[in-house]
Amino acid sequence: MRKDYDVVVVGGGPGGSSAAKTLAENGLDVILFEKRPSIGSEKRCAEGLSIGTISIIEEKMGKIPKRCIAKMINGAVVYAPNGKKVDVDFGENAGAIMERKIFDKWLAAQASKAGAYVQAKTNVYDVIKEGESIKGVKIELDGKKFEIRCKVVVAADGVESTIARKAGLNTTNLLVNIDSGYQYEMSNLRLRDHKKIELWFGNEIAPRGYIWIFPKGEDLANVGIGVAMSDKPAKYYLDKFIEDNPEIFSGASIIEVNSGGIPVGGFLKNMVMNGLVVVGDAAHQVNPIHGGGMKEATIAGHIAGEVIAKAIKNNDMSILNEYNNLWWKERGKHLQKVERLREVVEKLSDEDFNNLADVLEGDDLIEFSRGKRLLKLGKILLKKPSLITLAKKLME
Amino acid sequence: MWKIDREKCLKCGACVSVCPVLALELKEKGIVNDKNKCTLCGICEKVCPVGAIKVDK
Repeated sequence: MRKDYDVVVVGGGPGGSSAAKTLAENGLDVILFEKRPSIGSEKRCAEGLSIGTISIIEEKMGKIPKRCIAKMINGAVVYAPNGKKVDVDFGENAGAIMERKIFDKWLAAQASKAGAYVQAKTNVYDVIKEGESIKGVKIELDGKKFEIRCKVVVAADGVESTIARKAGLNTTNLLVNIDSGYQYEMSNLRLRDHKKIELWFGNEIAPRGYIWIFPKGEDLANVGIGVAMSDKPAKYYLDKFIEDNPEIFSGASIIEVNSGGIPVGGFLKNMVMNGLVVVGDAAHQVNPIHGGGMKEATIAGHIAGEVIAKAIKNNDMSILNEYNNLWWKERGKHLQKVERLREVVEKLSDEDFNNLADVLEGDDLIEFSRGKRLLKLGKILLKKPSLITLAKKLME
Repeated sequence: MWKIDREKCLKCGACVSVCPVLALELKEKGIVNDKNKCTLCGICEKVCPVGAIKVDK
């Protein structure tokens, strides 16, 4: 490890590794710091990816080895509050549940293969700021403190977004835009169909959110919940769900516990400072309807890498602002539409959910989560007076 | 009073992400609250997935 680099990347998740790989491929000197001793664990993630997302990630990161995938999935079963099921057929092997502790290590290894230097178990606790410019980071490694100077810092340090805040870029999100996530990885489950994910909706089950079961094996799964603005903590609702469904959970064990805040909106107009770019959860770059962040972080990390390389090659930090424009054009505009859908969904009563389960087809749900077919959803919701305003917003 | 149950806390940082006055920080030992900044608004208590934070005005 040296005392100066072109770029310091803070955080070894998909956003950080994608940025580091892109930067290294552009011939820059890059170091990536991860605070945990082991990249990818413990996860703050349900680990699901669609096959479409996998190919987007592979475009940026390379062919994903089989060992990164715990299990292939062919569909979903969505439960309305009254228990009515909607079957969603993804197609054979059209979804995957990843093994993040292997996948994230592979992503970081891809960055290092491209020429980036990766260092785990290093805490980046502050930035070096001179005037209004960020000139490096302060780190702690093996109990010793160092300063590393660089031209640009990539803050890809997760939902707490410590580095952007230390630098003076306020990334605080509103409570309404953060889902409280809680999850168990469980073994010895009695899964009804281990090739399908299950999603459970209802304001009693998961206020303003849902419960998921994502199989990682025939009797192994991530069982988790995201809720928002709830009376009780996420853990309460998940424990209750497990207790109420002994046909799945009786005799099951908990082999890992995860919790986290999931940004589901509040996209930032500005994610750039002089010498700093924010990527991934730290910049709220998550799909607001399902809460997935791996794809968004990978894409944003790639955009950030290209823009930073251009800024450094031209020795002009004002070029960093292009990251805002490019991200908004490529992802932000679309994600904001999905955020609008989330605002509609969170207003639905259990009765509305039950009615929707009667009229919607499985593939409608897939398209909704992509921000598509919203006209159809809008038309259905128009029939309910209290939802007319929101429905119209959706149809704009 | 702002209190955290360190046995319950999983150091996930959800509370940090919503603190409107940037009083909370995720450090190696866990969540640290800067009492000089904290306004006891209670938003961190609401977002905590495991109910580890208690705020009394």
